[in-house]
Amino acid sequence: MTRKDVTVLLLLAALCAVVATASPQFLSVTNLQNIARLVGMYGIFSIGVGIVIITGGIDLSVGSICALLGVLLSMMLVEWEWPAALALASVVALGAALGAAHGLLITRLRLQPFIVTLCGLLLYRGAARYIARDSTKGFGTGEGFEWLRAAASGSVGGVPMPFVIMCAIGAIAWLLVHRSVYGRHLFAVGHNEVAARYSGVRTGGVVAGAYVISGTLAAVSAIIIAFYTNSISPASHGNFYELYAIAAAVVGGCSLRGGEGTILGIVLGAALLQVLRNLVNLLDIPGSLDFAVMGAVILIGAIADHVFGRARRGPSG
Amino acid sequence: MPVPILQMSAISKRFPGVVALDRVDFDLSAGEIAALVGENGAGKSTLMKVLAGIHRADSGEVRIDGATVEMHGPVDAARLGIGVIHQERELIETLDVAGNVFLGREPTRGGPLRLLDRRRMHADTTRALARIGVVLRTSTPLGDLSAAQQQLVAIARALSLNARILILDEPTATLPSSDAARLFDVLRDLRSSGTAIVYISHRLKEVERLADRAVVLRDGRNAGMLRRDALSRDRLVQLMVGRAFEPPSIRPEAPAGPVVLQIERVRTGRYPDADVSLAVHRGEVLGIAGLIGSGRTELAEAICGVGVRLSGRILLEGRPLPIGSARDAIRHGVCLVPEDRRRCGVVAGMSIRENVTLPALASYARAGLVARAYEAAAVRRITTALAVKAASIETPVAALSGGNQQRVVLGKWLALRPRVIVFDEPTQGVDVRAKVEIHRLMRGLADQGTAVVMISSDLEEIVAESDRVAVMHDGRVTGILSRADCTPDAVMRLAVA
Repeated sequence: MTRKDVTVLLLLAALCAVVATASPQFLSVTNLQNIARLVGMYGIFSIGVGIVIITGGIDLSVGSICALLGVLLSMMLVEWEWPAALALASVVALGAALGAAHGLLITRLRLQPFIVTLCGLLLYRGAARYIARDSTKGFGTGEGFEWLRAAASGSVGGVPMPFVIMCAIGAIAWLLVHRSVYGRHLFAVGHNEVAARYSGVRTGGVVAGAYVISGTLAAVSAIIIAFYTNSISPASHGNFYELYAIAAAVVGGCSLRGGEGTILGIVLGAALLQVLRNLVNLLDIPGSLDFAVMGAVILIGAIADHVFGRARRGPSG
Repeated sequence: MPVPILQMSAISKRFPGVVALDRVDFDLSAGEIAALVGENGAGKSTLMKVLAGIHRADSGEVRIDGATVEMHGPVDAARLGIGVIHQERELIETLDVAGNVFLGREPTRGGPLRLLDRRRMHADTTRALARIGVVLRTSTPLGDLSAAQQQLVAIARALSLNARILILDEPTATLPSSDAARLFDVLRDLRSSGTAIVYISHRLKEVERLADRAVVLRDGRNAGMLRRDALSRDRLVQLMVGRAFEPPSIRPEAPAGPVVLQIERVRTGRYPDADVSLAVHRGEVLGIAGLIGSGRTELAEAICGVGVRLSGRILLEGRPLPIGSARDAIRHGVCLVPEDRRRCGVVAGMSIRENVTLPALASYARAGLVARAYEAAAVRRITTALAVKAASIETPVAALSGGNQQRVVLGKWLALRPRVIVFDEPTQGVDVRAKVEIHRLMRGLADQGTAVVMISSDLEEIVAESDRVAVMHDGRVTGILSRADCTPDAVMRLAVA
């Protein structure tokens, strides 16, 4: 664990302690399960966005991808009656393809990641609404694909499935980012793309790969979230998810300048955000303040990290 | 004797784990050029950063005109009349000359919008440049100027801030010698008008030519001071390294082996109308000399796959190499030690270990996962062999001195057993000891059969280290000198062609 991971973990623990003291309900099994489920769902796409951020890029499209793929999944299963396996594979492949398109536009045409994925955000939202004719989609009673619903609302030994899936994905992502050749190249490109290229790193491929990962993980969480809500209104489904993901990554120690960040940190960041939302619920803070509380706590955290971080680092040689 | 304009006494500065300065004294009088000399890590930069208000000394005293001063930042230093021309120029390339000279203190025409007084900026800039005898269009973006011109703009900026003490950190590191001579004239003029100048340089020849006095630091302490009459390169080197310096032995003419690397009619993006053909023989170091901007770096980058190659072939042992990217080049054993170390040579934010294994990480991995113990052991072997000075292989490269960073770049390539290695200004900004070691290494590689190409603006280096020298001018090779014919004069004549 890096120093930053420890800081985020301590912050998360402190926050949990505060909420638990203020509201004993926090520690109830149901509440913890609920949080874990949300952490799982949000954590999966946050990992993808975090990997993009490590390259020094950004992915603003995940919320809209979630809406578009949710709508399509519902239509494939319910209206077109595709076999579940085919529908799942198509959705994941589509997520990967969208990510690949972003990656190619960014690395081949040298467009800025912000612009490419912002256009993605707008395009896929529009596509979702158009395809669904703006009507809410769902899976009805879910007959025929109960096992899929279980992936969203089921649990293993009390641990919600989405959390289990996130842990599995997180473990793979950890190996990829912190132990593999690709991961090392990811950080090198994020720190200094020119030097990485001079060292023979295929920088375009590394960066494009990150967007493919992000698109793929957005698709995976889109499937889970679609079944979790069972009601996908194309205009609002997945709204702000990209910001949750960016916030999770940044809270978790990623630098928007690239080259820094850990998978554990991103997951802890995602958890921190969900505990904050839970806090708003449990402490009877008006729901309208939901985002304001999150913003305030993240800002305080950033200020504290900067102030104490500077004291610790001391002058640079 | 008049009171010196600047007195620094018993300055100490400690960073975590190192004593950078240990009770260092440094004086400076108006109208003198004092050279500050020492190996990298000797404390020159730290001492000047204390003077520039960037670092605060742990103890010691800085007096200006006899009065003790406290500095809390570079702004204080500027107000006290201290101007610093950094090694990495800190001006903004997209801004024009006048904008750079007035950066941070732009004159306004008043009013609520505080509109820029552009006329005054340009007029004053022209005047500031005229003071050092420079004529430039003040509306030219800085990035369009040569390195030398940019440096003169930086000096004009410092002077327009009423700097009485001017600190120049390695000002000629990126300048061709003709521009350096121009800079020296400017400095001498400033001296006679009473400016006090601190001149930091590794180029002892320049120090010999220019300085009234040389202060030598070694390991963060005063190692000695030489006045003009006693100033010689040999004495300086002795004080710097603390032992007598051995002049490089004269090597016999290298027997011409078979051609290893052949460059055939290569055209680069910068000089699309000129092509270059060169051959490197087994066992030789081919020097490439020329002024900055003569197309040497572009040639190196074209050979090594990082730059544009419009046409032409690169043959290794007679077979053409399909090089379309740095990756291709490296796979075929063609490596570049780039000129801009911090931008192209190292990933400064990553550790020594991660930098050394970056080009061939896959060879330290099994099933895509890096075998970390194996990697660390290999890196330790390489850093020990190259005598990289660092706390551990996990130290970020950003924390290393120039010489040690260059050793890391070399380590990166040596692990690959390169077949062709192109050095672009290999010893720029590195200390004397690292320089000698880099030269020895270069020679060792050539002896083992690697084709070695060395680009250098340092004439001494070119003459001493090359077996043959190709001189470039405006993208073309204007002549190739054998060892016997290679004198600084001959090189220079071809370079200005």
